[in-house]
Amino acid sequence: MDTAPAIETRGLVKRYGDFTAVDGVDLRAAAGTCLGVLGPNGAGKTTTIEVLEGLLPADEGEARILGQTWDEGGRALRARIGVQLQETRLPEKLKVEEVLRVFRSFYPRGRDVQEILELVGLEEKRTARSEALSGGQRQRLALGCALVGDPEVLFLDEPTTGLDPQARRRVWEIVEEQKRSGRTVLLTTHYMDEAERLSDDLVILDHGKVIARGSPREIIDSLHAENVISLQVEDAAMIETLRALEGVQDTRVDAGRVDLTVQRTEAVLPALVTAVRDAGQEIHDLHVHRPTLEDVFVALTGRTLRDG
Amino acid sequence: MAESNELRELTRVRFQLFLREPEAMFWVFVFPIVLAMVLAFAFRSQEVQPSAVGVMWGAVDAQELDALHAADDLVVSVFTDRVEAARKLRSGAIVVLIADDAPTLRLDPARTESETARLRVENVLQKAAGRVDMATIEVEPVRENGSRYIDFLLPGLLGMNLMGTGMWGTGFAIVDWRQKKLLKLFTVTPMRRSNFLASQILSRMVFLVLEVVAIVAFGVWVLDVPMRGGLDAFALICLLGGTAFSGLGLLVASRSTTIEGVSGIMNFVMMPMWLLSGVFFTYERFPEFLHPFIRLLPLTALNDALRANMLEGAQLSAMTWPALVLAATTVLSFGVALRVFRWK
Repeated sequence: MDTAPAIETRGLVKRYGDFTAVDGVDLRAAAGTCLGVLGPNGAGKTTTIEVLEGLLPADEGEARILGQTWDEGGRALRARIGVQLQETRLPEKLKVEEVLRVFRSFYPRGRDVQEILELVGLEEKRTARSEALSGGQRQRLALGCALVGDPEVLFLDEPTTGLDPQARRRVWEIVEEQKRSGRTVLLTTHYMDEAERLSDDLVILDHGKVIARGSPREIIDSLHAENVISLQVEDAAMIETLRALEGVQDTRVDAGRVDLTVQRTEAVLPALVTAVRDAGQEIHDLHVHRPTLEDVFVALTGRTLRDG
Repeated sequence: MAESNELRELTRVRFQLFLREPEAMFWVFVFPIVLAMVLAFAFRSQEVQPSAVGVMWGAVDAQELDALHAADDLVVSVFTDRVEAARKLRSGAIVVLIADDAPTLRLDPARTESETARLRVENVLQKAAGRVDMATIEVEPVRENGSRYIDFLLPGLLGMNLMGTGMWGTGFAIVDWRQKKLLKLFTVTPMRRSNFLASQILSRMVFLVLEVVAIVAFGVWVLDVPMRGGLDAFALICLLGGTAFSGLGLLVASRSTTIEGVSGIMNFVMMPMWLLSGVFFTYERFPEFLHPFIRLLPLTALNDALRANMLEGAQLSAMTWPALVLAATTVLSFGVALRVFRWK
């Protein structure tokens, strides 16, 4: 049993009429790892995860959870997974502990409500109605509902969308805690920092297809870029000048800001400074940073993750 | 053990949510009692009601007018303005007008109270003209609990309330949870779907008891409505009625994704029963050929059974047909709902 990957799909296709939302996706997550699915809105992340959760049937290909398809697994397989959906709203007038107790009752085995309250940090809110919770607290309650059956595989669909940085970090800690205790996590997100921090393996989806896969490090290294130089420019002519500089691998322009992908910063930077000075302009807001997944995404698609 | 626990927990939260909805409490408990009070007052049994009649000046002579005034079942107003008199007749402020052209009695024969007033007026005028009654007929008033309008009405109101709360209570909650994507989340857990649907009906049962007790207690203690049948038979009818209507509520809400949508279907389903099933007046008044159809409606079955039990003291054996209709409604609607139910 342990030899089967916790999550595996082969050639997964899901269509809505003429629109192909998921177009031949292969995924694989070994037990005890976190697989991140990154992509802009509409890339097919939610459709993919809902096929994996058994909410949607695949049109082609196969999805196996813990070695079983949903046809084989049925309720027994349901008892081994935990799910947090995007945008579920729990009944406003139910108290935190009441919500958890109902979800607990669905599972033949699982964790105490008290244990879950501690895990997601809602002990003090035990008797608060869910309408009185903040966005981050609601998200943690939803996470608690997904964890109450002590799942072997946890599906989280954009668990931190719309949360402030502090609330996001708390959710991350809970996910990391799950990984440490040997659970497999599948996480969709459009935040690169989240994907980088939580995922052992990552796939980047765009228009229903996998456009990159590997560990976050591998994916970033696939850019073969050492650094990204980013600066504000005054006119379009300057963009062309910078693009033509020796050692610039790739250029991206976004609202008067230019990002230059370079192998060696120290070789490009002096020429860049000279070029700007010769044009009689000034350098504004210059950054040099290591490439991120965002840079990879832009290099692969020409769009940013947030463009959608 | 896990499964019975699941059913209990689902039932419990439904019940708790209901308790936390003040509006729902109003419709379940306060509304039917207020309605019964208002109607009991409007249709209270009174002494003989005098008829309001109008007389055009000059239509009758002084002796006849005196006789009309003297009759204790008539309240007479004299008019000098024909337009004014006609207006009062139209609005129903007077039910018969003695017009000055012949004299003629003007009235709307479709109104029972006009017809009564006509007989009373004719009686007075004929006697004043010298008619002698040939036979003596004694009138003995019979006024007994169980035959008053309120006795007829209360079981009907109880039935109507069971229908309304059963259907709205289940239907709205389902659509609300569907909109919240909570039903969708439930389907990725090992929860048994039939347990979820059953919990909706079960939680209604708990309320049913409170609701029925409140309405019946008010009826028995305040309005003096009789409870002649066995309480066990009564309880069983209420239970059958309650399950039938929450089952129907489940079915009506099984596909809707908006409150507006489900409200429309609810009204469409309930409206015929409000009209046909004998809540406020007996369905015997509808043409004979409609009766078999009307008796198939679950509210008719419930009302008939409640009246038979409360007013005539019928036992269960005498209520097989209504019990069958209600049980069939439950089984069919639950079965179909489970099949067509939209979880997403």
